[in-house]
Amino acid sequence: MHLRTPLALALALALGPISAFAADDLQQLHQEIEALRQSYESRLSDLEARLKQAEARTEAAQNAVAQQAATPPAAEAPVADGPAAAANAFNPAISLVLSGLYANLSHDPADYRISGFIPGGEIGPGQRGFSLAESELGVYANVDPWFYGGLNFAIHPDDTASAEEAFLQTTALPDGVRIKFGRFFSGIGYLNEQHAHTWDFVDAPLAYQAFLGGQMGDDGVQVKWLLPTDQFLELGAEAGRGRNFPGSDRDQNGLGSATLFAHTGGDIGDSHSWSAGLSWLSTSPRDRQYDDTDLFATPVTNSFDGRSRLWLADFVWKWAPHGNGERVNFKLQGEYFHRNESGDLTYDVNSDSTGSHTDRYRSAQSGGYLQGIYQFMPAWRVGLRYDRLDIGSVNLASNAGNLANSDYKPSKYSLMVDWTPSEFSRVRLQFAQDKSQQGITDNQMFLQYQMSLGAHGAHIF
Amino acid sequence: MKTPMNKTLLALLALATLGLSQASHASIKIVACEPEWGALAQELAGDKARVYNATSALQDPHHIQARPSLIAAVRDANLTVCTGSELEVGWLPILLRQSGNPAIQPGKPGSFEAASYVHKLEVPTRLDRADGDVHPGGNPHIQTDPRNIGLVADALAQRLAEIDPANAGYYQARHKDFAARWQSAIQRWDKLAAPLRGEAIVVQHKAFPYLENWLGLTEVATLEPKPGVEPTSTHLSEVEALLKQHPARMIVRAAYNDDRASAWLSQRTGIPAVELPFTVGGSDKARDLFGLFDDTIERLLKVTR
Repeated sequence: MHLRTPLALALALALGPISAFAADDLQQLHQEIEALRQSYESRLSDLEARLKQAEARTEAAQNAVAQQAATPPAAEAPVADGPAAAANAFNPAISLVLSGLYANLSHDPADYRISGFIPGGEIGPGQRGFSLAESELGVYANVDPWFYGGLNFAIHPDDTASAEEAFLQTTALPDGVRIKFGRFFSGIGYLNEQHAHTWDFVDAPLAYQAFLGGQMGDDGVQVKWLLPTDQFLELGAEAGRGRNFPGSDRDQNGLGSATLFAHTGGDIGDSHSWSAGLSWLSTSPRDRQYDDTDLFATPVTNSFDGRSRLWLADFVWKWAPHGNGERVNFKLQGEYFHRNESGDLTYDVNSDSTGSHTDRYRSAQSGGYLQGIYQFMPAWRVGLRYDRLDIGSVNLASNAGNLANSDYKPSKYSLMVDWTPSEFSRVRLQFAQDKSQQGITDNQMFLQYQMSLGAHGAHIF
Repeated sequence: MKTPMNKTLLALLALATLGLSQASHASIKIVACEPEWGALAQELAGDKARVYNATSALQDPHHIQARPSLIAAVRDANLTVCTGSELEVGWLPILLRQSGNPAIQPGKPGSFEAASYVHKLEVPTRLDRADGDVHPGGNPHIQTDPRNIGLVADALAQRLAEIDPANAGYYQARHKDFAARWQSAIQRWDKLAAPLRGEAIVVQHKAFPYLENWLGLTEVATLEPKPGVEPTSTHLSEVEALLKQHPARMIVRAAYNDDRASAWLSQRTGIPAVELPFTVGGSDKARDLFGLFDDTIERLLKVTR
């Protein structure tokens, strides 16, 4: 109905310049337009009258509330009127996550290595004894009607701090499109986008450590599009600096990393829900250095230049009777990684051993994990995770004379039990048997706390 | 030239009329956070709306997973009808952010919060998580008082007219009809429930202050030591001791609550435990809003007889 005036206007405009139009036709059209206008005006005044009635009714309703309640009615007004006038009323939501750890490791974490995998990022079980685990300060709010933004500041055990996330995201784009920019965790995989305090185990799965250096965060732009289908289907793409493993920081224009990902999911009955995804990550590391020990048992530093391409498949299935997980619930989650790297490997860049040597390098490696978490009574959960990596094929070309190559398959079992007295606190005990390194079994025990203060953080699926 | 021009215009007009007539029959999509608001939206919007209930009566609306199915539903919604007062704070913000739907963001006409239109009880005077799951805006379980449903209906009918002005008259007519039926139902329930006035009750969660306020019930204890904290054996023993001094007529829980705590206390004290539907779909008889209160009162009266 509200389209009619513009339509009449458009018609009038379109008709204006047409001089060849017959006079009687014009006359007829004028009459039609006039009729349209009159009908529109009468409907408009009708609507106005109805609006007045409705307003009167609201007033009556509000008065009714006022009478019903001894105290003033809260209708249409925010409840806390005290701080609204203060200058800090627009302060963002602040949340603080405090996390700490006691670790008992049978093997020295300083020697930690995943056999056959070029290391990068944050890998390994951390420090022995008591330590601060990742504690985070998050500050988030709407910027204006068009943007939402926030900062997540992580305090690391060694007293350093880093901006894990510092991003802005559009809130007003139509049709399910969102653009995020700044620094953020990539949308690839299932676990990657989640902050450490929402993980079900103390540490990231072995595959995340081997293929993404723990977690893939980057500086760049992300576009996500949620398709207008009844079934959840989301497509995403990112372009970034590629500063972190498996990329490397480089002094170059253009893109250091690119990702594509798709996620879907849904419900089966009222007790089951699932999500699955497929992701692709491409990075172009330049002089990505790492420490290694060569065939002559000398510690050396090597460097990789080339392309790294990772495929990632993820799924999660959750069960809760009638969708009510208060008493019992179960979650099964798994991800599979496959990475191809090709380029040049420079052995011993600092000539610590037999001298620097560069040759072709090509690898195709895979790995993954499967984990199940069962809440068997309110507040108590147990979980089991199995990690396995496959060195796959590694072609070192002539560097095979300097560096070791093997067909070892790193693996790890982790068992955890945690207690969650409220949604803001959790204490976890975890045992792990880590066989990441050929010939070494590292028995690990962790006791961890995770507490969150401040704004109530909502968690993604 | 004359004839093709006229034909084009006619075709355009025909297309426009077709579009308009379709628009007036097109349904709006409503996502209701809780079943009571889904039922109310359906009462008011009739066949002009497609209503999707994000939760069921067997789920705790405080704790819902931000599932892919919910995100997909919110993406196309013209209107979300939720309780507000931070009841959905653990999941709704994620749905809104991940949906990429600007129409239903907070503050927009497409975002409707029922609790804004009623007078709220138990507004905390201090905000401290040491007090458990506290709602700064007051207790959010407003739907247990039918008078609140009536107030929300008034506001929701207006909102529907604002979202979908083409059908404003339809919504107002349906609202008028609903309001009349609702008023007479409240009068009937008031009469039926008169014998309950002054009765002492124990509740599992602080989910019933509006029901108590309406029917004149007195709450003497809660099974949860703090709001949102699972009942502990220590606390239940304390409640048991307290009930010796301050006897209660019944132990009330919502359909989604675990029944073990109330069953244990009922067995120890001989006080009957009552499961209330709490929202539409919470029992076989609570098929719509009228059934919800018919069944609620019937269940309360049954144990006092």
